[in-house]
Amino acid sequence: MTSRNLVEIVFHGRGGQGAVTAANLLVAAALNDGNKGVQAFPFFGAERRGAPVRAFARISEEEIHLRSEIYEPDIVIVLDESIMDIVDVLKGLKKNGKILINTRKNPKEFDFSNKFDVATVDATGIALKHDILVGGIPVVNTPILGSIPKLLDRVTLKSIQKTIKEKWKGDLSQKNVKATQDAFDQVEVKS
Amino acid sequence: MTSVMIDTGNYIAAKAAVMACPDVVAAYPITPQTTLVEGIAKYLGTGEFKGEYICVESEHSAMAACIGSSATGVRTFTGTSSHGLLLMHEMLHWAALARLPVIMCNINRVVGPGWNIWADENDSISQRDTGWIQFYCSSNQEIFDTVLQAFKLGEHEDVSLPVMISYNAFILSHTSMPVFVPNQKDIDDFLPKRVAKWKLEVENPITFGNIILPHEYEKVRKEMQDAQNNAKKLIPIIANDWKKRFGRFHGDLLEYYKCDKADYILLSMGAIGAESKVAIDNLQKNGHKVGLARIRVIRPFPTEEILKLSKKADLIVIDRNISVGNEGAIFNEIKGALYGKSDSTVYGFIAGLGGKDVTFGDIEKMCRKAIEGKVKDHQVWYGFEEV
Repeated sequence: MTSRNLVEIVFHGRGGQGAVTAANLLVAAALNDGNKGVQAFPFFGAERRGAPVRAFARISEEEIHLRSEIYEPDIVIVLDESIMDIVDVLKGLKKNGKILINTRKNPKEFDFSNKFDVATVDATGIALKHDILVGGIPVVNTPILGSIPKLLDRVTLKSIQKTIKEKWKGDLSQKNVKATQDAFDQVEVKS
Repeated sequence: MTSVMIDTGNYIAAKAAVMACPDVVAAYPITPQTTLVEGIAKYLGTGEFKGEYICVESEHSAMAACIGSSATGVRTFTGTSSHGLLLMHEMLHWAALARLPVIMCNINRVVGPGWNIWADENDSISQRDTGWIQFYCSSNQEIFDTVLQAFKLGEHEDVSLPVMISYNAFILSHTSMPVFVPNQKDIDDFLPKRVAKWKLEVENPITFGNIILPHEYEKVRKEMQDAQNNAKKLIPIIANDWKKRFGRFHGDLLEYYKCDKADYILLSMGAIGAESKVAIDNLQKNGHKVGLARIRVIRPFPTEEILKLSKKADLIVIDRNISVGNEGAIFNEIKGALYGKSDSTVYGFIAGLGGKDVTFGDIEKMCRKAIEGKVKDHQVWYGFEEV
């Protein structure tokens, strides 16, 4: 039993996709939106490029005393659809939990869409469209953040974009801000 | 004017250290301390850190450089972890015996083998007898505030001892949390430039660390003990001064949480100390009269405060360490503090070694077992024995 206003989020991605950066940006935006207690942390393990990784975020209206891992998330965010073949991303997801997936599919194509609120967005396509690439590989971690306000009203798109502008400057910043707008507009939510 | 900064424990520690305006930082990187050193290097690049950064070839050299620096009377900071701390061992004694207020962050990490980079407090617990003052933090805000308070404490003329600020690997070192950061001027008012009572000066040559005879040496040890006792009085004073200036308080030697009318008091520290608050909330909601006293300082040991708690309650202790061949260090020392002066029962648990996650549910379970009388008066390995 924990504080009722606490929201716990788990990001699943591959090493190098920036799951930890996504968690950090999200909680910085949440803090900007007036959530006094926020926390972001990586899974404490050996990270290798391409290997499945997790990152965690907590958002609350009051100071957070929890220091343990998240075992029963309210929201799961999947940066790489292929990870779902090897990782049980639904593990521990709360009964009325939500899952946001980077995919071209629509929510109804996932068989668990009758059990959980499924949201889908083609973050990879958005990253390619805005030329957000590192070493030729599309970076999905910032674009997908734009979809989160559709699942969680405690964080606004405006704050996410403000946080991005504080982290990056110039062209890179603008591209990411536009990508989050696309992700906000294009996300499909089935509840 | 206070600003809010959101960052990991290590970057917050770097920010606090730089705001203390040290003249010298000498450090050697080791996981999971590395980002602390990177943070200081970043501030060197931006010009916010105006002191000298000395690159060294090992932790032993890092502490040796800090000793040399501090002996010249200037403010000195470093950071390390686990095997790095252990490589410093000889120099830790040296810094304390030379009464040099070197301030150091230690990121509590497992000692190998088996190789493991996660949270465990055996590294700093094994350095208890070196003469250093030892703090244990439970949040990034506490890390920030304690680093600055540590300079004030260690450099105080009634103390003049090095201070170690420990916080758990990854759980704090790599977790982002918001932290209130006062402006530089207000920090400078709280922590003016160091004034050393004696120092190495070219114009005024003196010798440090010369041979001394037995009765003189014994006096040196006695004076260190007196200085630790002075620190015991000063820690609450400095913490309250900080509270008055900046509005934040994490406790003095202990942080008391919902201890009124408690029949049992849980004593824990570090990250488990923060998680314990959630466990206490849940236990009290279910009618259990158990409160929390989170231990912030183990050197000087809060003997009198714990004795006072034991007059009204039985004690439950969680150790994230083990003095192999005996028992958890804190469990052992608490029983020593109570000997002959209290009839209170002390229940001990070992939990979270090797970075094993300790959740509020685990803590509740340990407390319940103790309260229900299902734990004999000895220390239990959580997850191994009947609990």
